Amino acid sequence: MSRPRHVRNALMTGVFSLAGWVAIVFIFLIFLFTFKETTVVLNVEHMKAFFLANPPVWQPTSDIPKLSLIPIILGTLKATVVGLLFACPVGVAAALFSSEFAPPRLREVIKPTIELLAGIPSVVMGFFALIVLATWLQDTFGFVYRLNAVNAGLALGFALVPIVYTISEDGLAAVPRAHREASYALGATRFQTAWKVVLPAAAPAVFASFVLAFGRAVGETMILLMAGGNAAITSFSLLDPLRTLSATIAAEMGEVVVGSEHYAALFFMGALLFVITFISNTVGQMVIRRMSRRMQGAAS
Amino acid sequence: MRKVKDRVFIALLGTSVLLILAILVVLIANIAYHGARQVTWEFITQPPRDGLMAGGIFPAIVGTAALVILMSVVAVPLGVATAIYLHEYTPAEGLTLAWRRFKASKGRPGRGRLLARAASALLATVTRSAVANLAGVPSIVFGLFGLGFFIQFIGRNIDRVTQPPGEVLWGQGSLLWAACTLALLTLPTVIVATEEALRTVPQDLREASLALGATQWETIRRVVLPGSLSGILTGAILGISRGAGEVAPILFTGAAYYLPYLPTDVTDQFMHLGYHVLILSTQSPDVEATKPLLYGTVFVLLALTFLLNIAGVLIRTRTRSRGSR
Repeated sequence: MSRPRHVRNALMTGVFSLAGWVAIVFIFLIFLFTFKETTVVLNVEHMKAFFLANPPVWQPTSDIPKLSLIPIILGTLKATVVGLLFACPVGVAAALFSSEFAPPRLREVIKPTIELLAGIPSVVMGFFALIVLATWLQDTFGFVYRLNAVNAGLALGFALVPIVYTISEDGLAAVPRAHREASYALGATRFQTAWKVVLPAAAPAVFASFVLAFGRAVGETMILLMAGGNAAITSFSLLDPLRTLSATIAAEMGEVVVGSEHYAALFFMGALLFVITFISNTVGQMVIRRMSRRMQGAAS
Repeated sequence: MRKVKDRVFIALLGTSVLLILAILVVLIANIAYHGARQVTWEFITQPPRDGLMAGGIFPAIVGTAALVILMSVVAVPLGVATAIYLHEYTPAEGLTLAWRRFKASKGRPGRGRLLARAASALLATVTRSAVANLAGVPSIVFGLFGLGFFIQFIGRNIDRVTQPPGEVLWGQGSLLWAACTLALLTLPTVIVATEEALRTVPQDLREASLALGATQWETIRRVVLPGSLSGILTGAILGISRGAGEVAPILFTGAAYYLPYLPTDVTDQFMHLGYHVLILSTQSPDVEATKPLLYGTVFVLLALTFLLNIAGVLIRTRTRSRGSR
C-alpha cells in the first residue's frame, strides 16, 4: 500500500467537501452584502418615505430627494401581471398539447424549439420589444405611448413561456399512464382525459411553474429596462410607460454616489428582489419535490 | 358531436404551440434579415467610429470572448467539483432514509458512521436547495453583489494592501470581477448538468474500480470523469452560452460604453456585445442612423449564443442516444 495515494485521496475528499459548501456560502454572501449596503436606509423614517409618502414620487436626484418606491413597485407588478397573463395559459396549453396530443416526432421538434426560445438573451428580447414589437403594437392598436406595460409585459411573457412549459410538461409527463387508461375506460374522450384527469393530477407542477415564472418575471431586467419606457409614474393603466425595480437599479446605479442614501435605496430594491425571488423559488422547488415524490409513490 | 368538440379543443391547444413557434420565427427572421447584411469583414474587425455611429464591433467581440473564457475558468472547475461532491461523496439514499437508519440503529455498534452519513446527506440537501436558489437569483442582484462584494469589499481591500494610498487598481469594475460575477450566475447550470452526466456512469464501473483497489479519487479521475466528459462539456457550453448573453450582472462590474483599446489585463474594463446592444438602442442620439449597426450587433450576439446552444444540445443528444443503446 503506497501512502501518497491515500494521502492524495484524503486531500481530494477534503477539496470536494469544501466545494460542497460553495453554493451555500455564496447564497449567504449575496444575502449579507445586499443587505449590508442598505443599512443607511434601514430605519423607520426611510421606510415611511419608501412606502407611505404622499404623493408617491421617485425623484432621487432632486434638491429634496423623493424616494417613494410605490410607483416602481406598481410598475414591477404591472409588467409581471401582463407577462404571466401571457405566459401561463400559452405555456400550459403548449405543455398539455405536447405531452398528451403531439405525435412523438412533433414533440421532438417542440422541445428544442422552446429551448431555443429560452436561450435568447434577454437583451435581445428587449431589443426586439423596443424596435419591432412596440412599433407593431402601436400601429395595430393605436397606443398613445410606444413603450408601455402591454409591450414590455408581452416581451417578458415570451421569455417566461419556456419556464412554464418546461416545468408543466415535466409534471404532465410524470402522471402515471393508469390515470389516463382509467379515464378512457370510463368513456372519456382524449380532451376530457387531458383536461379533467391529467391536468389536475399535475396541478402542483403547473402551480410551481407559475411561481417560478413569477420569480423570474419580478427580477428580469434588460427587457423591462429597454421596452418599459422608464417612467416612474404611479398609474394603474397598462397603456402608460412604466419602470420596474430591476430597471431602476440598472439605470441609476452607474451614476450614484457610493454610500449615499440613493445608493442604499437602490440596494434596498435589490434586497427586496432577492427576498421575493428567494421565497418564490423555495416554494416552487418544494412543490416540485413533493409532487415528484408522490408520483414516484403512485407509479410503484 | 363530442368528437368534434374534442378536436376543436385540441386544435386550440395546438395553436399555442404555433404561437410560440411564430414568435420565435418572427424574431429570428427579423434579426437575420436586417442583421446578416450588416455583418461584413469590416464590421467584425474594426472598432466603432464617430461616437458609435459607424465602424464595427471588434472590441466588443474580443471583450465578450475574454469575459466568457475567464468566466468558464472560474465556473467550470468550481461547478464540476460541487457536482462531484454532491453525486460521489454524499449518501445516495437521501436525507430521510439516512436519518431513519441512524435512528433505527440504537444500541448497535457503528452508529457514528450512520450519523456522519446523515449529516452528509443533510449538507447535500441544503447545498442542492442553495444551488436551486442561486439559479433563481435575479441577474441584476448578481450585479449588485458583484459591486458590493467583489469590487467594494475584496477589490478595495486588495488595494489597501498592495497599492499606494489613493491608488485604485482592483477596487473598480474590471474583466476579472465581471467574470467572477458571471461565473456565480452560471454555476448552477454547470452543477446541474454535471450531476446529470455523473448519473449516466453506471454504478458497476465505480464498484469494479474500487474492488480492484483504486482509491475513491482514482476512481473519479480514471473512471467517472472520463465516462461523463461529454455531459460535463455540454453543461459548460450551455453555461457559457447563458453567460455570454447576460448583461445585467456586468453593468456595474466592468462593462465599458466605449474603449479605444482592447483589454490586456484582468483589471481592464472591456466592451461587450450585449452591453453594446443596450447602449446603441437606448443612448443613441439618432435611432434610425444607428439601427443598421444595432441589428448587426444583435445578429452577432444571437448567432454566438445559438451556436453555443446548438453545440451543447447536439453533444447532449448524441451522448444520450449512446447511453441508451
